[in-house]
Amino acid sequence: MAYKGHRVNPSKFEKSQLKLILAVLPIVLLTGLPIIFIFCHALKPIDELFAFPPQFFVYKPTFENFSKLMKVSRTSGIPMSRYVFNSVIITGSVVFFGIIFSTMAAFALSKLRFKGKTTMLNINQAALMFVPVAVAIPRYLTVNYLQLTDTYFAHILTLIPIPVVLFLIKQFVDGVPDSLIEAAYIDGASEFKVYRTIVLPLTKPAIATGAIMTFQQVWANMETSNYYINKESMKSLTFYMNTVANANNTVAGQGMQAAASLIMFVPNLVLFIILQSSIMNTMAHSGIK
Amino acid sequence: MSEAVMTATADATVAETVVKPEAEKARVNKPKRKKKFATKENQNKAGYTFMFPFAFLFVLFIIIPIGMAIILSFTNFDTLQFPEWIGFDNYITLITSDTIFMKKVLMNTIIFAVAVGPGGYVLSFLVAWALSQMTRGVRTVFALIVYSPTMTGGVAMTVLWKIMFSGDQTGYINSWLINLGVITEPIIWLASEQYLLIIVIIIGLWSSMGVGFLAILAGMLNADESLYEAAAIDGVKNRFQEMIYITVPSMKPQMLFAAVMAIVNAFQNGAISTQLAGNPTPGYSAQLIVNHIEDYGFIRYEMGYAAAVSVVLLLLVMVFSRVANALFAEKE
Repeated sequence: MAYKGHRVNPSKFEKSQLKLILAVLPIVLLTGLPIIFIFCHALKPIDELFAFPPQFFVYKPTFENFSKLMKVSRTSGIPMSRYVFNSVIITGSVVFFGIIFSTMAAFALSKLRFKGKTTMLNINQAALMFVPVAVAIPRYLTVNYLQLTDTYFAHILTLIPIPVVLFLIKQFVDGVPDSLIEAAYIDGASEFKVYRTIVLPLTKPAIATGAIMTFQQVWANMETSNYYINKESMKSLTFYMNTVANANNTVAGQGMQAAASLIMFVPNLVLFIILQSSIMNTMAHSGIK
Repeated sequence: MSEAVMTATADATVAETVVKPEAEKARVNKPKRKKKFATKENQNKAGYTFMFPFAFLFVLFIIIPIGMAIILSFTNFDTLQFPEWIGFDNYITLITSDTIFMKKVLMNTIIFAVAVGPGGYVLSFLVAWALSQMTRGVRTVFALIVYSPTMTGGVAMTVLWKIMFSGDQTGYINSWLINLGVITEPIIWLASEQYLLIIVIIIGLWSSMGVGFLAILAGMLNADESLYEAAAIDGVKNRFQEMIYITVPSMKPQMLFAAVMAIVNAFQNGAISTQLAGNPTPGYSAQLIVNHIEDYGFIRYEMGYAAAVSVVLLLLVMVFSRVANALFAEKE
C-alpha cells in the first residue's frame, strides 16, 4: 500500500500513534512531577512537611496551611485583597499593552520598510541575550531618574518591552504570506487595516504564546516591588506571598510558603488551559487557501 | 556568426546598465532587497508609527540600562560610591587573574551549554513533533505537562529536586540506586563536586521544554496540510522523511526562534545551581557564568566587575547565535 502521508493533528486515534505516545510518556511523567508535587506539598500537615526522610506525596491532606496563610494576612495592616488588586492591575496591563505594542512592532519589523529596521532587529536580538541581573541597578537608576518610584508605572512600563516576545511574534509574522498583504494593499487597505485584519488573526498562536510568557514573567516578578516600590500598599502579590512565608518563623513559614506557591501557580495553569487552543490552533491557514 | 551576435547583445546590455541613471538603479535594486508592495511612499512613516510604542519603552528601560551596564564594566563600582573609571582593568583581571573564572566557571558554562543547548533543542523538537501527530485531547494534556516545569518555577523545583537528591540513604534517588544494587553507600549528591554539575545538567534538560517548545509546536500545527499530501504523492515514504523535507523547511522562523531561545537559556540558566547548592556552589563545581555575575554583583558588591563578566557572556551568546542564524535565517 502506498504511503498516504500522515496528517498533522489527526482527528482520530490510530494504532500508529501508540508508539509515539509510549515514547513520549516517560518524559511526560518526569516533567509532570512538579505539578503533582506542588499540590501535594500545599496540602501537607506540618509533620509531613518536616518528615524525615522528606516525602513526595501527601498522606493526610489538610487545608491547615491555607487557613494559616489567611489568618496571617488578616492580621497584617494591609488586606491581602489590596495585593491581589495590585497584581491583577499590573499583570493585566502589561500583558494587554505588551502584546499590542509587540505585535505592532513585529508587523513593522517583518512587513514594513523603514530606515533603521535592520539595526532595530539586531539590537533587539542582542538585548534578549543580555543577562537581566547585570541590568538591575542601571534600570533602578533610570526609574528613579524618571521619578516613577512608588507608582504603578514603575511596575507596568518597565515590564512591557520584552525582547523575546517581540522576536517570537516577529518570527510568526514572517510566516504570513506577502501575497495576502499585497492583495489587501491593492484593495486599498491601510497599514492599520492590514495589521488588524490580516496580521493579528494569522499570528494568533504567537500572540497566545507571547501572552503566556509575559504573564508568567510579570506574575512572578519581584524585581519591581523590591527595587522601585517603597510603599507596602503598592507592592505585588508575589512579593507579599514571599515575605509572609519568610517573615514568620521558619516552621510555620514552610507550610504557608507551600500554600502560597500553589496559589501563585494556579493562575498560570488556568491561563495556559484557556490559551492552549490558540497555540495549537490549526485553522490559521484556512484564511490563505 | 551566432557567437558574434550574442556578444553584441551582451555588450548592449552592459551599455544599458552603465547608462542607467542613479535613481532608476536604486529603484531596480530595491525590490530585490524587500517585497514589492513595500515601495509605497508612506512606508517609512507607517513603519515608525508601528514601531514607536515598543521602541520608546524598549530604549528607556532596556537599551539605556544595558548601555549603562556596559559603561559600568569599565569602572570600579561598589554600588555606594560614584563609579571610578578604570578602563579595561576589569576585563584584564577577568582574563589574566580570575583563576576561578578561567578554570571552573568558563568550563562549567561551556559544558552545561553544550549539553543543555542542543540537547534541549532536539528534545523540544522531537517531543513537539510527536505531539503534533497525536489527537487533540492527548496532545493538550501532554503539552501542558511537558511545559509545566517552566510554569512552576523556582520554589517548587528546588524543594522537589532537593527531596529527590537528598543525601542520605532515604533520599529517593539514593534508595532506588541502593535497591538496584548500583551503589552501596548513599551519595551526598548536592555537596559532591563530582556529581553536582551532572545533576544541574539533568535538571536543565528536564526544564528545557519552554517557550521554544511551544513555538515549534505551534509552527508544526500551522503548517500547510496540503504540503504533506503533495509530498506523499511525490514519493515521501515515512514520517521521518516528512519531518526532514517538509516540517523543518516550512517552519524555519520558529526553528530559529527556538534555537536562539535554547542558546540563551543554556547560557543564562544560573538558577538551578544556586537553588540546589547555594552560591558559590561547593568547590565551584557547578558555578556558571551567571552565578559568577551574581556572586560579584550582589554578594561582593563589585558591580563594575560583574558588568564586565556580563558583557563577556553577551559576546559568548552572540557568537553561538550567529551559528543558529546561519542555519535557519530566511535567505532573501
